[in-house]
Amino acid sequence: MFDDLRDLYQEVIFDHNRNPRNFRIIDDADRKVEGFNPLCGDRLTLYLKLDGDVITDASFQGSGCAISTASVSLMTEIIKGKSEQEAEALFKQFHEMTTGKDEHFNLEAIGKLAVLAGVREYPARVKCATLAWHTLDAALKNQQQAISTE
Amino acid sequence: MTLFDVEKIRQDFPILKEKIRGKDLVYLDNAATCQKPQVVIDSIVHVYSHDYANVHRGVHTLSVRSTDKFEAARTKVKEFINAASDKEIIFVKGATEAVNLVAQTYGKANIKAGDEIVITAMEHHSNIVPWQMLCEQTGAVLRVAPINQLGELIFAEFEQLLNDKTKLVSVVHMSNALGTINPVKTIIQAAHEKNIPVLLDGAQAIPHITVDVQALNCDFYVFSGHKLYGPTGTGVLYGKQALLDAMPPYQGGGDMIRKVTFTETEYNTLPYKFEAGTPNIADVIGLGTAIDYINAIGMPAIAAYEAELLEYATAKARAIKGLRIIGEAEDKGAILSFVLDKIHPHDIGTMLDSLGIAIRAGHHCAMPVMDFYQVPATARASFALYNTHQEIDVLMNGIESLIEVFG
Ligand SMILES: Cc1ncc(COP(=O)(O)O)c(C=O)c1O
Repeated sequence: MFDDLRDLYQEVIFDHNRNPRNFRIIDDADRKVEGFNPLCGDRLTLYLKLDGDVITDASFQGSGCAISTASVSLMTEIIKGKSEQEAEALFKQFHEMTTGKDEHFNLEAIGKLAVLAGVREYPARVKCATLAWHTLDAALKNQQQAISTE
Repeated sequence: MTLFDVEKIRQDFPILKEKIRGKDLVYLDNAATCQKPQVVIDSIVHVYSHDYANVHRGVHTLSVRSTDKFEAARTKVKEFINAASDKEIIFVKGATEAVNLVAQTYGKANIKAGDEIVITAMEHHSNIVPWQMLCEQTGAVLRVAPINQLGELIFAEFEQLLNDKTKLVSVVHMSNALGTINPVKTIIQAAHEKNIPVLLDGAQAIPHITVDVQALNCDFYVFSGHKLYGPTGTGVLYGKQALLDAMPPYQGGGDMIRKVTFTETEYNTLPYKFEAGTPNIADVIGLGTAIDYINAIGMPAIAAYEAELLEYATAKARAIKGLRIIGEAEDKGAILSFVLDKIHPHDIGTMLDSLGIAIRAGHHCAMPVMDFYQVPATARASFALYNTHQEIDVLMNGIESLIEVFG
C-alpha cells in the first residue's frame, strides 16, 4: 500500500524507531545539548562523552517522528570513536545528502546513514533528519543553549 | 439520507479532480483552509476582466462599478452574520488581523495596567499572542480559563475569573485543535452581567455553524474568508457600532480620513475609519460570491451533513486499536484530532499523503493545547461540505494500514 514511500521509510528506519540505540542518559557527559524542531514538536537531548577530541560515547533522550528518531539513533552509533573533526565532516556530508545540493556525496563515508537519503524528496521532512546533526554541531562547538531548527 | 447531493457539490470544486501522487485527492485539511468553488474563482476573474478599478475614489464608471460590488459584498456579510448595519462590517485580511485590530485600538484605549483579559486554554495562537502583546504594552494581565480532559471549557472556573478588573473576554467559538464548540451564548451572558465585552474568534465556526451576532449579542466577531470557501487575504471584523465608533483608528492612510491638513486630521465614518489604504477589492467580492454559494445550499443542511460525517468518522476511529481521539467535547464541529500509539503525527501525515490524503499534522497553532494533552502534536482530519463517507473509509483504511506497517 505504501510502495511510494519505500525510499523514505526503509526497514532500517522502522527498526531504529522501534528500538532506538543509545537511548539513555550519560550522567557524567562532557556535552549536553537540547535540540528542538518547533514545527513538529520533535525534541531531543544529546549527550557526548569526550576523551581529548575523540567522542567516546554518545546517547540521547527525547521524542520525535520515525525519521528524526532513526536519524539520531544512527548518528549516535556512527560518531562513537570518531574525532570531532571527523564528526563535523560527517555532518557536512549528511547535510549535502539530505538537502540534495550535491548529488555526489561520499556514499562510502556516509555508510549506513545513506538510508536517510530519501528525505531529499520530501522537503517537509528534511528537518526531521537533520535535527540530530544540528544538535551535534552545537555540542561540538560547545554551545550550551538549546538549538532550534527554525 | 442527507438533504443535499454531495456528488453534485463536488462538481463545483475543480481541485477535487486533482490526482495526488497518482491517487484521487482526499482533502481533509479544511480547518487549515478550504477549497474554492468554481463560482468564486470565476468571480475574481470576472472582476479583473470587467469591473476592476479602485473603490471609493473615482467618478468614472469602472470605479463606481467596483465600489458597488465591493459594498454589495459588505452587505452580504452583514446579512450572513445578521449584523445590524453595514457599518459594523470591517474588511481585514483575516481573523488574525481582526484580533490584532481590536487589541491595538479597543484594547489600548480601554485596558490599563492591572486590568485583566480572559481567554481559554483552547485558543489559537492568534487569540493569545495579540493579548500578550497588549499586556506587555499596558501592564494588563492575561487570565486563562481551563479545559477538562474532553476538551470542554470548565465553565465554573471561567466564571470565577470574571471580576471588576476584567475588561475583555476573548474566546474561540469553535476550536481548531479539538473541534469543541464553546457555549458562547452562556459565556456572553455571564460576561455581560459584569459589563464585560466579549470577542468571539469565529475562524472555525463560520463555515459550520449559523452565526447570528445579534442573537448571540457578542461585541466583536472575527473570521477569515479563506475558511469559508472564499479567497485568502479576506477577513471580517464585526463590532457593535457604538464600540467601533468610540474606538481610535488602527492604521492611518487613505480612505480612513475625511479631511487632512498638516495640523489636524478628521477620521472617516464607519466602516471606512478602520479600512486604511486600497482594500483587497477583488477577493472581497469573491468572498461575497462564496457567501452566495453557501446560502444557496443552506447552512442548516451543511451543518446536518457535516455532523453526520463527524459521527461516522468518530465511530470508525474509535474502533481502531491504538488510536486516541484528542477532543471529545459533547458539542463538537467537524474536526477529528487524534494520535496513534508510538507513531508520530508527522509520519502519519507523510504516509497518508502517499495515499492522496491531505490531513494536518502538527500543533495546529495551539501549542498550549498540545501541552495540556502532553502530546508533541496531533494528526487532524477536518471535514467540509464536499467530503464523503467514502473518503472517510479511505482515511480509516489508510490509518489501519500504516499501523500495520509500523508494527
Ligand atoms: C480558531 C482559529 N482562530 C484564528 C485563526 C487564524 O486565522 P487566519 O490565519 O486566517 O488569520 C485560525 C486559523 O487557523 C483558527 O483556526
